[in-house]
Amino acid sequence: MAVADSHDTHDDHHDLYDHGEFIAHHFDSAEQQFDSGKLGIWLFLVTEILFFSGLFVAYTLYRTNHPEVFEQAHVFLNKYLGGLNTIVLLFSSLTMALGVRAAQLGRNKNCSIYILITMVCATMFLGVKAVEYSHKWDMGILVRSAFNLTYTHPTPTTEIGKALHISDYLVYLCVVPALLLAGFLVASVISKLIDKGTLAKFMIAMAITVSGYFLGVCIGIIFMNATEGETGSTHASVIAEQPLMLMASTQDDHAEDDHDDGHDHDDHDKAAADSNHEGEHADHEEHFGAHPADGGEASFDAHHPDPSTLSRDVGIFFSIYYCMTGLHAIHIIAGIIALAWLYWRSLLGHWRTDYFGPVDYVGLYWHLVDLIWIYLFPLLYLID
Amino acid sequence: MVDASTRQKLFGTPETNFLNCSKGWKSWAFTLDHKRIGIMYLIGVTVALFLAGVFALVLRSHLFTFDSKMLSDDMYNQMFTLHGAVMVFSFIIPSIPAALGNIVLPMMLGAKDVAFPRMNLASFYLWIIGTGCLLAAILSGKGLDTGWTFYTPYSIDTNTGVIYATFGAFILGFSSIFTGLNFLVTVNTMRAKNQGWFKLPLFVWSLYATAIIQVLATPVLGITLLMLIAEKTLHIGIFDPKYGGDPVLFQHFFWFYSHPAVYIMILPAMGVISELISVYSQKRIFGYSFIAFSSVAIALLGFLVWGHHMFTSGQSLVVTLIFSAITFTVAIPSAVKVFNWLATLYKGSILLNTPMCYALSFIFLFGIGGLTGLFLGALSTDIHLHDTYFVVAHFHFVMVGGTLTALLGGVFHWWPKIWGRMYNDFLGRVGCFLVFSGFNLTFFPQFVMGSRGMPRRYASYDPEFQIFHQLSTVGAFVLGLGILLSFVVLVYSALRGPRCSSNPFRAASLEWQSSSPPDFHNFIHTPVLTDPYDFESQVYDEELDTYIPREFANPAKVAPRKEPVHN
Ligand code: HEM
Ligand SMILES: [Cu+2]
Repeated sequence: MAVADSHDTHDDHHDLYDHGEFIAHHFDSAEQQFDSGKLGIWLFLVTEILFFSGLFVAYTLYRTNHPEVFEQAHVFLNKYLGGLNTIVLLFSSLTMALGVRAAQLGRNKNCSIYILITMVCATMFLGVKAVEYSHKWDMGILVRSAFNLTYTHPTPTTEIGKALHISDYLVYLCVVPALLLAGFLVASVISKLIDKGTLAKFMIAMAITVSGYFLGVCIGIIFMNATEGETGSTHASVIAEQPLMLMASTQDDHAEDDHDDGHDHDDHDKAAADSNHEGEHADHEEHFGAHPADGGEASFDAHHPDPSTLSRDVGIFFSIYYCMTGLHAIHIIAGIIALAWLYWRSLLGHWRTDYFGPVDYVGLYWHLVDLIWIYLFPLLYLID
Repeated sequence: MVDASTRQKLFGTPETNFLNCSKGWKSWAFTLDHKRIGIMYLIGVTVALFLAGVFALVLRSHLFTFDSKMLSDDMYNQMFTLHGAVMVFSFIIPSIPAALGNIVLPMMLGAKDVAFPRMNLASFYLWIIGTGCLLAAILSGKGLDTGWTFYTPYSIDTNTGVIYATFGAFILGFSSIFTGLNFLVTVNTMRAKNQGWFKLPLFVWSLYATAIIQVLATPVLGITLLMLIAEKTLHIGIFDPKYGGDPVLFQHFFWFYSHPAVYIMILPAMGVISELISVYSQKRIFGYSFIAFSSVAIALLGFLVWGHHMFTSGQSLVVTLIFSAITFTVAIPSAVKVFNWLATLYKGSILLNTPMCYALSFIFLFGIGGLTGLFLGALSTDIHLHDTYFVVAHFHFVMVGGTLTALLGGVFHWWPKIWGRMYNDFLGRVGCFLVFSGFNLTFFPQFVMGSRGMPRRYASYDPEFQIFHQLSTVGAFVLGLGILLSFVVLVYSALRGPRCSSNPFRAASLEWQSSSPPDFHNFIHTPVLTDPYDFESQVYDEELDTYIPREFANPAKVAPRKEPVHN
């Protein structure tokens, strides 16, 4: 309901209110209800932060105990993709804030548009993340126990993978979104046919939302190719024949930096190796033994003469990476569901200058999810 | 002043109340009424108590002789694990807040419901799912043998149902967070008009402090358990030393939650006791603000002492000393409460009915439990006592002697309010006596054994300890009998007991201004705001045979105040 034309219908609203359309029976006033919701959501955010805190503590501990490993490991993360996602999320925070503003003014139409943009950003984020994940899985960059860096990209075996030159894992990661997209499109047509206009609109918006994922995947692949050149996942067939350059092309500058304090690391590594993990090193030699040499990767070789160290602890870095970003992604998905609900209610025109609590609450949640990413990005991608 | 018919309407036996206002199982399963949800919770935790209680009796029976063959060693391990896990996560943590607190808290604030009734119901269903997952560990045939603490690395290596159980505890954690969050908001925004923080009953303060812990500590348990599940399934190498992880980190995470969790268990109990002691002495609670703030102090200090569970796990000496010192400071607010209760009793007109008997047992048993905590918090003695029956006795004195006793006392206290019917006081007191004596017989010998070196969690033991174990086993059955008797007394009274009035014991907190049982909306009128410990604010009404607020009474028949109004 736009503010401009709310004058004549104002009394109406009061009636609705007195009948308690949106006030639960146990609240005395709209204000009490709003205050309760607001306090509730803030407390919920506190629990969310504490939920992540365990992972942040684990991160801090391992980073203090093995600083060298974090420096070795982060080169596997593509900071351009991470940066892109940071911008996407920041932008979504802006649109979310605009959406809240629109709801506060009772402008349901504007609100719905902003929420839609926010949702598209969210799915785009996930699309880029899918490119990153699949790229790593291809190379065997997995959690600690499964970590097995191969330097090679397996040739895709799925038809789609072959046709588009993309990783099989990326294909798998697109299956559910593709089904959802198809489902929403069909649902929108059906709703149109049975004359449920609003529902059709909602379904189309959901389809647009899911398309954001594919947009994210495309942009992610383009970025990946641009920043990693020949090693990008799209050229899997090329890479299959030659060792991955460990992103040497983009990481040259780091390599120089590393050189200066390289000695430090070596000492540290040895100390660690000498203490109690000796047995394990032996276990994992097999993963690595051959690669640095035959890859002719000068920079890698020079800086990390004992590759088995990399094998052990880099795996833990990625365990933490997957736990943190995975948990964050789950929160994004939950956010999308909440946003979809808000979108639906905007279509129904529920927001009024005196009733907009849910948009406000979900908005706060969304900002928190963004904020967590703002911490994750430098902590994981921008080490050194 | 209102006329007699209004008085009858407000305080007499109501025709419709929250129990009979709607019928059918759906009216319960989908109810948003905090009182009904509280009752469902009460039934739930009672089932958990009986289940875990049966496990306990099996354990104790096994331990009757030193070379018993009743259970295999494996079975013994599974029994004590399930006993502990179900008791802690499914019974004791939700018991007082989610069951009793749910029913009473909104009424103490003069509110119609908690702030988020749907979340309240969700909390209950999460409780069911979580408990189901815990029990799935048995039903899946795998069992669970890690102890309730799920210590790594054993929990990673064992093939038993750790994943079911940790997932269950994870879900139960959310159930607990939901309750806590709801209560925090409810107390903040739903208080009666002009009901300031210092006009709240102490039970509300203690639930508030508990809720702070629930909200701040439980998420950490949640992520820890998720990490444990990830470790077990994917081997992420955070806790597992085989992959370069740190198993002691798990202990830190676990106790960062679980020490505050012991205060989730005891603080509400302390709140109940503050109410009972004051009402049944008919005396203003002594040191209101000290008791109130000591709850908050305990809640906050409780976050800083988790390391006292790890004195022998390899912490640096400095850290150990600090944890030990802070542990000692926790005893101060606890003692503040005990002394205040004793001072309240002094020169009070004490009514030794069932709830009061439980309250007095509480003071005694919690006293022993708390003081023995200090022996464990002292470094030199803990090296000797750690992982012995002394620890087992310590925490049972606080958890059973404290929390369970207070739960029973509180249930008896509010039972007439909930059902509108009175319990048999004599049998109630017999039950209390059995609980008290059975409890002491069970756990006191464990202090002796423990200090002589009997380790915990062992299926067999040296013959020299047999006599203590036998006393303990006999005591456990007496305790079980006492609980069973109380249960029968309560159920019988809810169904058949004589009708009782709205406020038979002259309590002054707001929930007693509703009829018994209360209306669906809790109060037909807006309750008159009274100081919860100013018992003179309630006067006897002959026609209704109950105590009602002065404001509603017939002025001709009201005796003048003896004590001046505090405010
Ligand atoms: C009053 C102050 C208290 C102090 C100073 C205290 C101290 C301690 C200490 C030092 C331990 C570790 C013993 C060891 O493992 O060597 C311990 C264990 C324990 N305490 Fe307390 N405690 C107190 C109150 C409570 C309360 C109120 C509860 C519960 C309601 C409680 C429940 C427990 C439990 C469950 C354990 C053992 C956990 C396990 O290892 O399985 N304590 N206490
Ligand atoms: Cu503790």
